[in-house]
Amino acid sequence: MQIPESIPSLTISLIRDGLASKAYTATDLANAVLAFAQSENAATNAYLTFSLERALKAAAKVDAQIASGRYAGTLAGVPIAVKDVIVTKGLRTTCGSHILQDYIPPYDATAVFRLEAEGAIIIGKTNCDEFAMGSSNENSAFGPVRNPKALDRVPGGSSGGSAAAVAQGTAVVALGSDTGGSIRQPASFCGVVGVTPTYGRVSRYGLTAFASSLDHIGPFARNVEDSATVLQAIAGRDDFDSTSAFTPVDDYHALMKHPVRGLKLGLPREYFEGLGAETGDVVHAAIQQLQALGCELQEISLPHTKYALSCYYIIATAEASSNLARYDGVRYTTRNDGETLSDMYRNTRGCGFGAEVKRRIMLGTYVLSAGYYEAYYRKAQQVRTLVTRDFSNAFEEVDAIIAPVSPFPAFKIGAKIDDPLAMYLSDVYTLTGDLSGVPCMSVPCGESREGLPIGLQISTRHFDEATMFRLAYNYEQSIAR
Amino acid sequence: MNLTDKEVRYVADLANLRLSDEEVRRMSEDLGQILTHIEQLNELDTTEVEPMAQVLFGEDEIATLREDVPRRPLGNEDALANAAASSAGYFTVPKVIER
Repeated sequence: MQIPESIPSLTISLIRDGLASKAYTATDLANAVLAFAQSENAATNAYLTFSLERALKAAAKVDAQIASGRYAGTLAGVPIAVKDVIVTKGLRTTCGSHILQDYIPPYDATAVFRLEAEGAIIIGKTNCDEFAMGSSNENSAFGPVRNPKALDRVPGGSSGGSAAAVAQGTAVVALGSDTGGSIRQPASFCGVVGVTPTYGRVSRYGLTAFASSLDHIGPFARNVEDSATVLQAIAGRDDFDSTSAFTPVDDYHALMKHPVRGLKLGLPREYFEGLGAETGDVVHAAIQQLQALGCELQEISLPHTKYALSCYYIIATAEASSNLARYDGVRYTTRNDGETLSDMYRNTRGCGFGAEVKRRIMLGTYVLSAGYYEAYYRKAQQVRTLVTRDFSNAFEEVDAIIAPVSPFPAFKIGAKIDDPLAMYLSDVYTLTGDLSGVPCMSVPCGESREGLPIGLQISTRHFDEATMFRLAYNYEQSIAR
Repeated sequence: MNLTDKEVRYVADLANLRLSDEEVRRMSEDLGQILTHIEQLNELDTTEVEPMAQVLFGEDEIATLREDVPRRPLGNEDALANAAASSAGYFTVPKVIER
């Protein structure tokens, strides 16, 4: 049977209707999306691995359930792509690195398990910056991902593949990870919705650790409602992740449909000072739209914003240097031999890791080393407290913080790769969210004069994803053509 | 602020990374540039500020300990499936102890 809609315009509710009306089966849909994804992959390099067998097996199960009148899940038949830093049992997981190019995980991440329990169809693993370290998806050992909206430009990073797949239509929704902005920034660059939930809202079990106090798993989708459906499925306490929260998960769909009239929105002056007109004009128009919907605007200050980059690059790299110590040629496939154990470690890691990963491991090792720990690491942890206090102070006055996601839209491939610090500066508006642990999302709000997507960032109090979705959904619906 | 080649090699050893001469040179520049930027944190007076190891929530929200109840382990076969080298149920590595 043919899929009546164009594959890139599929949504979760269209799929629900299509399956219910028997216009097509989950197997038809999986086959069609897989074929489409494979044919489009040469252009963007969004996928590293396709999972035909797993997808068709899951689709067959959904079809059997539907045929026998049983409930098949909130995501029944929905094709989903998973960032390659998230483990999938029996399905190669590379983390975008040569050092894991043959690694086959023996278990599923909790987020993957929960999605499949709701009937989702995993069609493949997406390309990303190596070990989630990057802002452009140019640090992958398997080639860069190209932005489907402009193939000579980056999709953003590190979840570039997942953002590109959703933007291109080769997945309906996708999972990504965010440590410094790696969901929101590619969502903004590719013109899709990207959600970074509260730290601890989604289990990190099975997310290859980069910086354990900053890592998050979150969804990409082409509309706000679909992103909320995915979050609903994966959020909630997991005994396998002791940092996951017991806080009950709200009914996002119900709460996001409430109007936004009367909500107080904070505009942090530090995020708008010096913001170029290319992005500023589009973001301001979006803010005016929120005002037209009845929100009250208030200028606020997040005074420690300018220190967030330094703070982040000490903490994240320090944690990464510890987390990546395990890739030593013993337990995770790749080994480059040496005469001594020490040589073997050094050869394996010297050969297996790319330049950016090595740079961050070096920086992290340095700031934790004897004589420097107090000056750098402890200091950064204190600054983190100050950054977090900025947010809790702001939330005494306002219900949500509205800001740009990135100072600029997607840049050309190769433009920043030789200047690490310039690359790091792409994340100035997203890092603070990870440091403080507040939920944030990017929702498409327009295009630059060159037609490049620009996202609006909405952040709310810890565990108040409901208000965040409410603002995003109401905004999205009000500008829908 | 620049790191000397000697300092870079020292840190590379701590991190168990083999770096080529060119990589050492590049690393010295890159890290130097980043560390110079990071010095701006010294502008902030952080006396009396508690360091934050991670996002903290109240006791009702998270619990770091669980009941001491054993669960099914991964198992030797699965654990060794991705070993670079293994033998008789162990990961094998180059000799560590000199006779």
